[in-house]
Amino acid sequence: MPHFERLYNFACWLTQDRHEAEDLVQETYAKALKGFSSFQPGTNFRAWIYKILRNTFLTSRTGLKATANVPLDLEGEEQVLPTAKETPESILLQRSDSQLVQQAMEQLPIAYREALLLCEVEEMSYQEISATLGIPIGTVMSRLSRARRALRAAVAKMQQKPPEAEPRG
Amino acid sequence: MVCETWTEKLDAYLDGELPVAEARALGEHLRGCSACAAESLSKVQQKLAVRAAGQRFRPDPAFRTRIQSSIAARPPARWNRFWLPILASATVVLIIGILPLALNRGRSGQQQLVSELADLHVATLASSNPVDVVSTDRHTVKPWFAGKIPFTFNLPELQDSPFVLVGAKVSYLNQSPGAELIFRVRLHQISVFIFQERALGNTRTDDAMQTALSFNLRSWSHNGLRYFVIGDASPQDLDKLSELLKAAG
Repeated sequence: MPHFERLYNFACWLTQDRHEAEDLVQETYAKALKGFSSFQPGTNFRAWIYKILRNTFLTSRTGLKATANVPLDLEGEEQVLPTAKETPESILLQRSDSQLVQQAMEQLPIAYREALLLCEVEEMSYQEISATLGIPIGTVMSRLSRARRALRAAVAKMQQKPPEAEPRG
Repeated sequence: MVCETWTEKLDAYLDGELPVAEARALGEHLRGCSACAAESLSKVQQKLAVRAAGQRFRPDPAFRTRIQSSIAARPPARWNRFWLPILASATVVLIIGILPLALNRGRSGQQQLVSELADLHVATLASSNPVDVVSTDRHTVKPWFAGKIPFTFNLPELQDSPFVLVGAKVSYLNQSPGAELIFRVRLHQISVFIFQERALGNTRTDDAMQTALSFNLRSWSHNGLRYFVIGDASPQDLDKLSELLKAAG
């Protein structure tokens, strides 16, 4: 099964629930098999199957809920998440901060999260992201730029937040 | 102002999406601008951090197995349902039709060769001049072929045998010259054809050939020559003559 592990990872990030992600992946493969005739040889298979997964998610209950709260087209909105005062030191994200980055990514609107994942984790080109998300390349660039700023802001905010007191036993 | 222009392009640069010329220019700029270099470093760190953090979920092996079995259990697509039986039938027809043809190709070539030899034998029998050299003496016949065919052969001593050498002539098979020797045993005439193996081309011949158009036939190879003994005499006669020819080498 091509891209199985990566599709599952992407599905988990979208749904934020392992069981839902499993259903999503299963349905994606079922749809891909059923509609394989619609795949045009010579075009990008990875973008095609990711697009199926994403569209399936967007029409699921979780997907509808996720996109209902935050508009999918964020390009016109300058600030979605509150910004924090950034310094190069505060945004120097190390691999050891993985958990922090994961929490920040979870907070991102779905449109930012998916763009970031496709670019950084799946290492897709702008062209592939454009094909997967069904948006122009210019929009891919601006969305990625905003997603990165939003992530920085989220991480910075969490870094500034004092650790929660241990609950007394 | 200059830095502002470059920083706008930093993301595309780090994503490997900037055109080569611009990427080269931006690389030059980064070597001389500490602010942009620092910004670039932080962006690289962020990319690495997101990449590491993003690879978070791994599927359960049981889930993979479940998916694989569910895919395997799916009924074939409509295309397959429609075309598969047709393709399968066409394949069977092709196999049934072509395979025997391919298998019989060598055999039919061999039969064609034998038929041709039988024709030559019959033509000799029907001819008013069946032989070009009339002689019962093997020491006359063998030298007669010198210069007429590109090989030589030995003739057996027929004394104390029922066979009589009638004569010989040059024959042709696949446009290659060979020897045709006519023997008589009682009232039967037997033709012995000797050709070079290479004159037979790709035609497969074997020693098991026994009959051709009701004629009895014997065949063997020796020293690059192929011998055919054909006639309406009994198989035992053909066997005896064959043995004599083989013994003569």
